[in-house]
Amino acid sequence: MNAFTSLDSRIVSLPTDDIDTDQIVPARFLKVTSKKGLGDALFADWRTARGDEFPLSRPEAKGAQVLLAGANFGCGSSREHAPWALVDFGFRAIVAKSFADIFRGNAIKNGLLPIAVDDATHARLLALRTADANVTVQVDLASQTLTLPDGSTATFPIDAFSKHCLLNGVDELGYLLSFEANIAAHERRAP
Amino acid sequence: MASGKTTLFEKVWNAHVVTEEGAAPAILYIDLHLIHEVTSPQAFTGLRERGLKVRRPERTVATMDHSTPTLPKHLATVDPQAVAQLDKLEANCAEFGVTLYSLASEKQGIVHVIGPELGITQPGMTIVCGDSHTSTHGAFGALAFGIGTSEVEHVLASQCLLQRKPKTLEVRVEGELSPGVTAKDIILGLIARIGVGGATGHVIEYTGSAIRALDMEARMTVCNMSIEAGARAGMIAPDEKTLAFLEGRELAPHGAAWDAAVARWKTFTTDEGATFDQTVAIDAATLEPMITYGTHPGMGMPISGRIPAPGSLSDPAQRAALEKALKYMNLEADAAILGQKVDVVFVGSCTNSRMSDLRLAAGVLKGKTIAKGVRMLVVPGSKQIKKQAEAEGLDRIFVDAGAEWREAGCSMCIAMNGDMLKPGQYAVSTSNRNFEGRQGPGGRTFLASPLTAAASALRGHVADARTV
Repeated sequence: MNAFTSLDSRIVSLPTDDIDTDQIVPARFLKVTSKKGLGDALFADWRTARGDEFPLSRPEAKGAQVLLAGANFGCGSSREHAPWALVDFGFRAIVAKSFADIFRGNAIKNGLLPIAVDDATHARLLALRTADANVTVQVDLASQTLTLPDGSTATFPIDAFSKHCLLNGVDELGYLLSFEANIAAHERRAP
Repeated sequence: MASGKTTLFEKVWNAHVVTEEGAAPAILYIDLHLIHEVTSPQAFTGLRERGLKVRRPERTVATMDHSTPTLPKHLATVDPQAVAQLDKLEANCAEFGVTLYSLASEKQGIVHVIGPELGITQPGMTIVCGDSHTSTHGAFGALAFGIGTSEVEHVLASQCLLQRKPKTLEVRVEGELSPGVTAKDIILGLIARIGVGGATGHVIEYTGSAIRALDMEARMTVCNMSIEAGARAGMIAPDEKTLAFLEGRELAPHGAAWDAAVARWKTFTTDEGATFDQTVAIDAATLEPMITYGTHPGMGMPISGRIPAPGSLSDPAQRAALEKALKYMNLEADAAILGQKVDVVFVGSCTNSRMSDLRLAAGVLKGKTIAKGVRMLVVPGSKQIKKQAEAEGLDRIFVDAGAEWREAGCSMCIAMNGDMLKPGQYAVSTSNRNFEGRQGPGGRTFLASPLTAAASALRGHVADARTV
């Protein structure tokens, strides 16, 4: 997994609530056997329907690493193809009012940082981004700080374990496997 | 909890915590890992790259369901990518020693249908699958939840997952359902009330007399859609119905092992006086048949109601979402949904493809024919269900009514196998998701019960089975 420390990036704005993983990657793109190359599938149907006006297709989206979404981002299907596609497209962080549980876990495992902010911070960032498409935000994971284009800051929550894994690019499976003795002991005592 | 009283969820959770170290999440042992073709190939690749084995192949069970054809095999549309994915699952299972119920097996079917059917879904278990509708298995008092592919790899390699303990939400449904109101209406009613993020971070336990009165298949329908309220899982405490369902099933315990298992399973209930983080109460008698009108399962209403107007919502984000949904659905605010034209009716999916669902739909259709111009697909959840339905003559009822009787699989719920809506078409579907494009790009879905689906097929428009 790629480590995440900090970034300074423009923002793609898609502030809709309840964006489900069927929109992020429509099911017909799930017939792959690799994690790579799903960036083309990202929001494929919305991109087609809205053409050049779709936020991902606009010139200022090029190179942007932050997606600004609404509440409950990533609800629905557990498909990890959603974060694979977001990362493949170039995103490293999603700013939203809240995240669906499975998506949040899947994102962190792929070095994609879910940044949950309160309504006021969300509204301020959205207003700044709406006024100027080229504004940037800074994200610093160590201090759990999001710096808005006007210089104001907001802290965001992340559990200590996920933070450690992201900062150091640690893969959870290696950690899990280090508990082999405990796992074997559990198997001996469980029915 | 301070009282020492624990909930069903806490009992199952506590019995599976391997260890909890410092600030790290708990390591949770997984009793049963179900896998299918879509979310597993990258996990097996990961194992191979690290030189790892499947730690407990006997606790791992695979089937093919998402991209499988529902027409007899030789008629299947050739989709090289889907075929490659199915072949990959077959090769991975052979290489790693995992039991696979492939298309050639008489026991193949939708993963959440065959687990209970085979008797491998059991009370008190932890069950995971790279599929969000794993919550279905919670109907047996198991803690069952969907995971991503990285976690599929974790479970294959370690039989464990790193998990933070979720909160608990009791959904208490008391009273008696009115005739024509089903388990699907309970869960659609709940999601309409608490929203698609209403249970995020929580495990739901469904309690109350209306839940106890449901048979096991209906309980699976309720638990199945827990994820559509954002819940981590949905659970129902095991009782005599649970035991009666499991007894004698192929992979359930037998003989003395059965007696020992039953004694243990009976301990998986919520103690009197145990507390939940939240509780929602529903009066079953007030529920009507439910139907969705929008583009997520929370946009649902009683079938006799009128489509809400965006102007009636105070929250700007919700208002915008409803406007967007009605535009996609091409529906008018304040209009009745009864009478809305329907092009396709789909009876199937891990939500409603079991014998009781098929019997409900057949009961409405018996001796009648579906409306001209309507296409109706009936897709059983497993090969065993297909066989049983044919033994009961349900297939004849469907075919005589003008419906298509298909092979088992996920089919038009996820539209990965060629069974799909055309752009702009309206479907009444017994499945679980009405997201934009879920049943085919541009397709428009009304989620409802098998009764409503069958009644709508007869009329050619959204219809109330109680008046058909």
